[in-house]
Amino acid sequence: MLDGRGSVKRRAGARLWLSAGWLAVLVLAALLAPWITPKDPLAQDLFLGRLPPFWETGAEPGYYLGTDSLGRDVLSRILYGARLALIVALVAGSITCLLGAGLGLLAGFLRGWVDVLISRFIDIWMAFPPVLFSILLIAVIGPGLGSIILAIVIIDWTRFARVVRAEAMAQGAMDYVASARVAGRGRLGIMLREILPNVLPTIVVLLTLEMGIAVIVEAILSFVNLSISTDDPTWGGMIAEGRAAVYQAWWVLVFPLITLFLTVLSFSQLGEGLKDRFDPVLR
Amino acid sequence: MSYLEIDRLSVRLRGGGPLLRQVSLTVAAGEVRGLVGESGAGKSMIGKAVLGILPRSTEITAGRIVLDGVDLLTLPPAERRRRIGATCALIPQDPLTALNPSRRIGPQITDRLVDILGWPRVRAEARARELLAEVYIPDPERVMRSYPHELSGGMRQRILIASAFAAEPKLIVADEPTTALDVTVQKQILKLIKEMQERHGTALLFVTHDLGVVSKVCQSLSVLYAGLVVEDCAVRDFFRAPGHAYSAALLAATPKYTDAVASLTPVPDTVIAAVRAEVAAADRRMSHG
Amino acid sequence: MADLYDVRGLRLSLADMTRKPLFGAAPRLEILKGLDFTIPQGAVMGIVGGSGSGKSTLGRVLVRLLEPSGGSVRFDGVDITHLDEAALRPLRRRFQMIFQDPMSSLNPRHRVGTLIAEPLKLHGFDDVAGRVARALDHVGLPAGFAARYPHELSGGQRQRVGIARAIALEPDFILADEIVSGLDVSSQAQVLNLLEGLVRELGLTLAFISHDLSVIRRLCSRVMVLHHGVIVEDRATADLFDSPQAAYTRELLDAIPLPDPDQVWA
Repeated sequence: MLDGRGSVKRRAGARLWLSAGWLAVLVLAALLAPWITPKDPLAQDLFLGRLPPFWETGAEPGYYLGTDSLGRDVLSRILYGARLALIVALVAGSITCLLGAGLGLLAGFLRGWVDVLISRFIDIWMAFPPVLFSILLIAVIGPGLGSIILAIVIIDWTRFARVVRAEAMAQGAMDYVASARVAGRGRLGIMLREILPNVLPTIVVLLTLEMGIAVIVEAILSFVNLSISTDDPTWGGMIAEGRAAVYQAWWVLVFPLITLFLTVLSFSQLGEGLKDRFDPVLR
Repeated sequence: MSYLEIDRLSVRLRGGGPLLRQVSLTVAAGEVRGLVGESGAGKSMIGKAVLGILPRSTEITAGRIVLDGVDLLTLPPAERRRRIGATCALIPQDPLTALNPSRRIGPQITDRLVDILGWPRVRAEARARELLAEVYIPDPERVMRSYPHELSGGMRQRILIASAFAAEPKLIVADEPTTALDVTVQKQILKLIKEMQERHGTALLFVTHDLGVVSKVCQSLSVLYAGLVVEDCAVRDFFRAPGHAYSAALLAATPKYTDAVASLTPVPDTVIAAVRAEVAAADRRMSHG
Repeated sequence: MADLYDVRGLRLSLADMTRKPLFGAAPRLEILKGLDFTIPQGAVMGIVGGSGSGKSTLGRVLVRLLEPSGGSVRFDGVDITHLDEAALRPLRRRFQMIFQDPMSSLNPRHRVGTLIAEPLKLHGFDDVAGRVARALDHVGLPAGFAARYPHELSGGQRQRVGIARAIALEPDFILADEIVSGLDVSSQAQVLNLLEGLVRELGLTLAFISHDLSVIRRLCSRVMVLHHGVIVEDRATADLFDSPQAAYTRELLDAIPLPDPDQVWA
């Protein structure tokens, strides 16, 4: 028709580029940390303790964001901390996604006893207090990277399973599924070729959200000292240390906090941005 | 003296192309005017513009909507809403979504009377019972206490009609009011709308894509293509001899069960090309002032 | 001529979950209440009725998207009433379906070319690309449309893709479920003319479900009128329109508003 609907273009996603940009910087920083960090993140020098960031009086050259009470360089520690944060985000996010989305897809599409089994299991699982559960888990198997990832998967797989199940159920009722059956496609084929591509945008949004959550959970666990060994720099650990001296050296608390905030925000915006950009139905 | 006069109304999508192109039409008191056209022709848009419920993504760029001698578009928003609320009503297309599923029928009819016209609740309820009886709903008392899901589609459409007439509006916009209904129910509902409209002397703007429905309900009609009124005429004249090639093509493409094997003639490409040229010419006129 | 479909005592009931008691089974809701009919080879069978008449359910039984709870359905001599999905698969190519709402029956994530090619690949056709091109050509769409997504098409074009997808498999039978009810009159006329041409040219047997008797008359050689899950009339089109026997058929005909201000419509 000659009305104006076709001429409206979707705004190119500023939030997609901003969030993807920040995360790209972070990934580069994590990969190249040994070569680009100005100082050794573990090197202590009590004479250089609590140096302010570069623009304040009393700053030392080379310590751009100041030092903590043990004289360790804050910028270097943030860069090294990005390594752990990103590993946890990617690994824990992906495993949670695969497990939860897989079960949700099966339950929502196959229905019947598979659905009953998976749904009841989800209900029972969600009745456990998850944070307590994961703290208990780490207390039993001991702190470490694997334990953090396991804890996140255990807490959050149900979120994927429930959302994806509902979405798969809605898509399963559409005529294109009936149409594929008329064409003679089997159940597995329908699930993977017809349903999955339509549930994928939802999964992507959930996945990026989950990566953000994983970063926060890792920070929380570090904050309460249940993360990996306390020597390795983590954002949560830095925040915990910074809190003790916030009146004397605010920068030890504030810079890791800002980094954490921007990272989590970027993950959630990345998901929404990707959905806007690459969904052929919305486009 | 016409009750509603739309004068060279243009609406466009914000940041996009035109949806209505200098639409002019009038509806006299007690007249039924049909708005016909294919999907995307802008027929619903006209009703929405009159009722002040255009989507936020659209804007009125020019023209006047004169209701009872007052140009609505020059009024401050609050005053415009008050005036429309007191004199106009809508019969919506989908009886399933037009009623709030979690509220009983009674209050959904009386709310308007109490909130907008300031009637006492007792009087509003008496009026609602009276109206439900008028649209042939058996046992109005029980229906007023019912929830929408307990009633059939035809019943719900009757309730929406009763509700539209509740405040004695001077103008009603009916937006495809029978499209979602079975043909046998459609007949009852159309007859009811017509009967109510005649008894109350209401002006009616009747949006539909069905020329059969137009021939039963309307006295005059406007045929739209791409937001442009290509023909404005009396219904009798239209069916005797359509005044525009596009209208004639539309009529020829409408199947009739009384024609044995008459082959359907789709709207010819030449007619589409001609009417598109008219649209383009209208756009040039608009851009030159 | 031989009968392509032979349906005897067809019943179908569904569990009525809205009336399910807290414990125990939900009561059964009878949708189809014992239907007997045949569809001869090469016929264009109109199936008409109001909402809740069971016409769409009947259609979905014919292409075995639903399994009957009683009676029998024979397709070209084969009893398909209770065949499981694996046994149906080789037969599926032979009975195809075009859906009411092409927006929901064409997967929005796939391009038109893929949508038509996938069923061909499943059934092991050769020269898939050539067949896709010919199918598009058959329904009057340019070959370039293969690269488009369904949402980039108009309603009429989408419905043509649905038709192309069905005829590409060279089926014996096509079920068309309210395929023009969402279209404007001009695209409706085009799709109906197209369908009529294809039926003649390809020798198809067609079941055409519609609520609109005007459209049925235009296309069908035989009409079946359904009312509350029962066949009230099943006759040749001309006979049915000239002298409707069932009271419900007359009621349906009388209710249609003709585009004619002189029609008596009491």
